[in-house]
Amino acid sequence: MSIHGKTLAELAVGLRNKEFSSVELTKLFLERMEASQRSLNAFVSITRESALAAAAAADSRLAAGRAGPLTGVPIVHKDIFCTEGIRTTCGSRMLDNFVAPYDATVVAKLKAAGTVLLGKTNMDEFAMGSSNETSYYGPVRNPWNSDLVPGGSSGGSAAAVGARLAPAATGTDTGGSIRQPAALCGVTGIKPTYGRVSRYGMIAFASSMDQAGVFGAGAEDIALVLSAMAGFDPRDSTSVDKPVPDYAASLNNPLKGLKIGLVKEFFEGLDPQNEKRVRDALAVYQKLGATLKEVSLPNLPLSVPAYYVVAPAECSSNLARFDGVRYGHRAENPRDLLDLYKRSRGEGFGAEVKRRIMTGTYVLSAGYFDAYYLQAQKVRRLIANDFDKAFTEVDVLMGPTTPTPAFALGAKTEDPITMYLNDIYTIGANLAGVPAISVPCGFIQDLPVGLQIIGPQFAEDRLLNVAHAYQRETDWHRRVPTAYK
Amino acid sequence: MTLERKHIETIAHLARLELKESEVAVYQESLSRILDFVGELNRANTQGVTPMAHPLPGLSQRLRADEPAESDRHELYQSNAPQVEAGLYLVPKVLE
Repeated sequence: MSIHGKTLAELAVGLRNKEFSSVELTKLFLERMEASQRSLNAFVSITRESALAAAAAADSRLAAGRAGPLTGVPIVHKDIFCTEGIRTTCGSRMLDNFVAPYDATVVAKLKAAGTVLLGKTNMDEFAMGSSNETSYYGPVRNPWNSDLVPGGSSGGSAAAVGARLAPAATGTDTGGSIRQPAALCGVTGIKPTYGRVSRYGMIAFASSMDQAGVFGAGAEDIALVLSAMAGFDPRDSTSVDKPVPDYAASLNNPLKGLKIGLVKEFFEGLDPQNEKRVRDALAVYQKLGATLKEVSLPNLPLSVPAYYVVAPAECSSNLARFDGVRYGHRAENPRDLLDLYKRSRGEGFGAEVKRRIMTGTYVLSAGYFDAYYLQAQKVRRLIANDFDKAFTEVDVLMGPTTPTPAFALGAKTEDPITMYLNDIYTIGANLAGVPAISVPCGFIQDLPVGLQIIGPQFAEDRLLNVAHAYQRETDWHRRVPTAYK
Repeated sequence: MTLERKHIETIAHLARLELKESEVAVYQESLSRILDFVGELNRANTQGVTPMAHPLPGLSQRLRADEPAESDRHELYQSNAPQVEAGLYLVPKVLE
């Protein structure tokens, strides 16, 4: 097998066994990244020089026998994470010239673990989008078919791993922004529990839901990276002070007796081909000794409307910091301070970001706060209660990750509601703050689709165990698009 | 729910966003549709339900000792600023 076709876990072993050096891996993946830019546009920045220096340092540690499990492994970061001395754009004209003065905690932790940063991935502007078409740097394309979207908002990260341009990538997930593109690009992606991974240095969108996670070919790869990036951070006031288990240690636990809940609402009106892929995966779990039970989360159908009040409200507040004064885009020749604010923001933000800021401003404004914002927060409570109740009956919930496989570029840009409904199966986990993973579970007309597995808070170890057990029985996660083999 | 032009202008002003003439009509249409869509929330019976601000039960604001924790890096931070003079951020004149 080609070296780039190996999983991150296999590459890590190969590095320790001296089958190849970190510099060799780094050059190989940098070349693949550079060669793919015209067709996929998955990167905003490629950091060749600093990557080669980091790889050489990793090789010294490997030679000296001072290597950890991730030493010398190349990775890429979503361009929402601040990287010291490296441009950090968040996919926006607003931050086109922004060079982060410090590292996000996720970046610092993965650097300390010895990973080699190859570049920053393209994304929907400020992580607002489900197709990667809102990026100021142009859309990312799907490696399985370049006429199609990769999903979003972490579309560059998902496409990069799907095309094996990098063995793993970080992402963020506020309403499905890791799981949905993972499903559409045929890779595995986890959104951890709210508060599990530090958000320090991760540019804020909706603070009560934002969470960092990771993409890899399989659950085993994710286990290695997540073990290094999760954990308490005093610099993030919503970070949870709870020990991080070694996620790799529990991957092979037997599944006998596992109780899987099938979310009734996920299957109502589901496309029959999509349902077939999910049911086939469930049959694999039954063979492994799991039992299935239908459960209902009756308030789940209100998750998309609840999200499209809460998330824009928080976004309108978070993005108030972009004022053209301290950093970011500034309009030319302002007449006065108000003109400076308005034109800097009007020019610096793209159409979807402005739409969300205005929606948020409206639902928070006097006279509408109770009817929209408070009502959405109450519905959020009902949805979270539904999850709590379900987890008293079953160990994990399963269903599809997305309603359909990847769709054509431009197909949903005219109508924001159609675009928002892509996240119909993923948003519930963000509102409830529970972890969820998308696992490749087959193809519909040569396009990958994902199985979503949702667990109770802080059950990342269980999700990775359950995902890995399936991936030992199937090879969907090892499939690579022909053009990138 | 149909938002009128003046509503969009008010919201944009509150959000400190300058809109182009062509954008006003676009947002009038799409925001009206979004508000209709989220209006579905009124179907839920939420009587007596406590609003949920975040998903971590029992989370309280953590405080640290009031001691300097970071060194002075204002020059580095200001290297990203559009206009700085003598260590100060410059903005158009606010007071006459």
